Amino acid sequence: MNFEFTEEQGMLRDSVARFVQDSYDFDTRCKIAATDEAMSRENWQTFAELGWLSVPFAESHGGFGGGPVDTMVMMEEFGKGIVLEPYLATVLLFGGLLQRGGSVEQQAEIIPRIIEGGCQGAFAYLERQSRHQLADIKTTATVEGDQLVLNGEKVVVFNGASADQLIVAARSSGEQSDEAGITLVLVPADAAGVERTAYRLMDGQVVANITFSNVQVPVADIVGELDNGYAVMSPVITQANVALAAEALGIMGQLNAKTLEYTKTRKQFDVAIGSFQALQHRMVDTFMAYEQVKSLLYRAVCELDGAGDDVTACVHALQVLVDRNGRKIFGEAIQLHGGMGITDELDIGHYAKRLMMINTTFGNGDYHQAKFNELRYSA
Amino acid sequence: MDTSFAPEDLAFRDEVRAFFAEAYDADLQARLNNLDTFKDAVIDWQKRLYKQGWIAPGWPKEYGGTGWNATQKFIFETERSTAGIRDVIPFGLNMVGPVIYAFGNEEQKARFLPGILQSDDWWCQGYSEPGAGSDLASLKTRAVREGDEYVVTGAKIWTSYAQYADWIFCLVRTSSEGKKQNGISFLLIDMKSPGIKVNPIVSIDNHHSLNEVEFNEVRVPVANLIGEQDKGWTYAKALLAHERTAIAGVADSKRSLAETRAFAEREVNGGKSLLSDPLFQKRLSDIEIELMALEFTELRVLATVAAGGAPGAESSMLKIKGTEMQQAVQELRMDVAAYYQGVLPNELTAEQLGHDFGSQARQTYMYGRASTIYGGSNEVQKNIIAKAVLGL
Repeated sequence: MNFEFTEEQGMLRDSVARFVQDSYDFDTRCKIAATDEAMSRENWQTFAELGWLSVPFAESHGGFGGGPVDTMVMMEEFGKGIVLEPYLATVLLFGGLLQRGGSVEQQAEIIPRIIEGGCQGAFAYLERQSRHQLADIKTTATVEGDQLVLNGEKVVVFNGASADQLIVAARSSGEQSDEAGITLVLVPADAAGVERTAYRLMDGQVVANITFSNVQVPVADIVGELDNGYAVMSPVITQANVALAAEALGIMGQLNAKTLEYTKTRKQFDVAIGSFQALQHRMVDTFMAYEQVKSLLYRAVCELDGAGDDVTACVHALQVLVDRNGRKIFGEAIQLHGGMGITDELDIGHYAKRLMMINTTFGNGDYHQAKFNELRYSA
Repeated sequence: MDTSFAPEDLAFRDEVRAFFAEAYDADLQARLNNLDTFKDAVIDWQKRLYKQGWIAPGWPKEYGGTGWNATQKFIFETERSTAGIRDVIPFGLNMVGPVIYAFGNEEQKARFLPGILQSDDWWCQGYSEPGAGSDLASLKTRAVREGDEYVVTGAKIWTSYAQYADWIFCLVRTSSEGKKQNGISFLLIDMKSPGIKVNPIVSIDNHHSLNEVEFNEVRVPVANLIGEQDKGWTYAKALLAHERTAIAGVADSKRSLAETRAFAEREVNGGKSLLSDPLFQKRLSDIEIELMALEFTELRVLATVAAGGAPGAESSMLKIKGTEMQQAVQELRMDVAAYYQGVLPNELTAEQLGHDFGSQARQTYMYGRASTIYGGSNEVQKNIIAKAVLGL
């Protein structure tokens, strides 16, 4: 039993940490957030050169062949800098779906391009009515000869505005919320009938709503099998949830550290406010909240790494704690920073808003707790 | 990063499981559950563990420990609690034993360690006083040196099982000079010494396990002083970190939660199992999820200790979260018992009542209030973390 990182994992973590430290201070981040794409293409090329875009991919496609621990150490460091570049959308979701369900041809064509930084991707899974139910899909995919015809609308597509390629979750058979009958389709973002409307979210990222009007793609561009897309989505989303939790842990650590530092320097009533027991105990609570998330993250990563039989429940549990403890931590960080805590000028609020978005990406704490309860307590 | 069990770990788990199944038999369990036979049954059980060589997993091998690694200790703890077996009485094995082998002289080790390992001596702890609780260092029980003896006068309180004890380990004041932490000494006192009086305290669960122990000019040989005079606080602090790690009781809380869940499954609410109630499920998973995390927090501390580190301020976190979880489970079980939580022991049989866990649930819940108070109250633990970890 050990909780140590290998030398390679340590080097990967240090390399991301150094980038965040040297090239991603808060001012730089604000400037990137203000650009049209809310990400830096130049940074993306740096990610490619440093090998980060290759980490989760198989060695046969030029990847690093990394596992969940490698993803975790990177995402935690990205979290510390609230890095905007779409590692989750392009590498972990779009790339992850191809890696798991893509055909040999699809993988050979696209994965090397992701790795070299030449392809931006997005996974279009949310719809207006779907909320956190991933199988609630109205967008249709109809087979017509050797073509698939897509009609419908996807919303809040992460990296949707910048993506060259989309993977769209569409309904090819069954009822609106059935897990069976979902098909994943690879669609070029510039295909005829695809219309994108870009907009900004509170955490700085630019997303898109995308409509599909009689969009035609060859049947060969299905990712996985017709009607069987959920089996591909589900494990990729489980991995993405662990990655998001790692990003969240990085954020929580920063919020706690910055708050602690502030209470040691901020003076009121002639003393540092950190000398007040009322504040000390609250910071002990947020310290423990952070440690608990870290423990459950490690547990989930070990389950995932060892293909344990409790992965799904463990990841739902992790997301419950990320939501609950995250709210506690950013709430206390804002409160203890006093008036400054509610300014846009201070980074605290920006960390908080990214945490809030993380908690909505694949379902909030209540959603995950209901899923956990179903797995654990249903007869 | 790897927490999977190797084949030899699995073999070890099977060995532990088989031993518990055999040695923790029905007759022993019945005697443990009867107050009249409790003491002898505890000693009997601990002697079985001693014969197996497993009585002191926390001790170094040279003093009678098992030499297990962190994984083996974790497996042993998990199997023990899964089998519903109570932990050993901690005062000798987990508290004074480690102080004696770490800070005692050779003569003291030879004299006291065998009796602790073989459970021939029952120990109790003389730390708290009527005027010294969380502020332990303000203790006033005095030990005055007269020739080869200390003369001890004062009182200790909240002393668990003093009525059974052969020995008590005490913090006593040997000097009033300087800081109050200086001038405290660590003394081992024979409970049969003239001048000792044990007064029972009945606790909120209607049981008698706690006592006040009075010392009226009790004469204690200087040979019973651990380490140096006036340095006892250092030894006591080392002990407290051990105690706090043990108090967390994560494996026991898991077992207790599983039991509570099983009770809830049996209970009927509006014609359906209580376990199917979404609000009940939420309360259950609130606890289960925190416990899943805490189990790994404990493993992380164990791994640090196994790698040569000492349980430091992390043990304070384990104590706080561990006791909060214990109380959460106890509270949930009270709600599962509903009005049967009010049933007193030995009024009606389970058959007459149509219910079998309310009385026990209440006793555990009521006495469980102590866990966030003893071993240094949780508020004091927060002060420790604020200072030692956060640097405040």
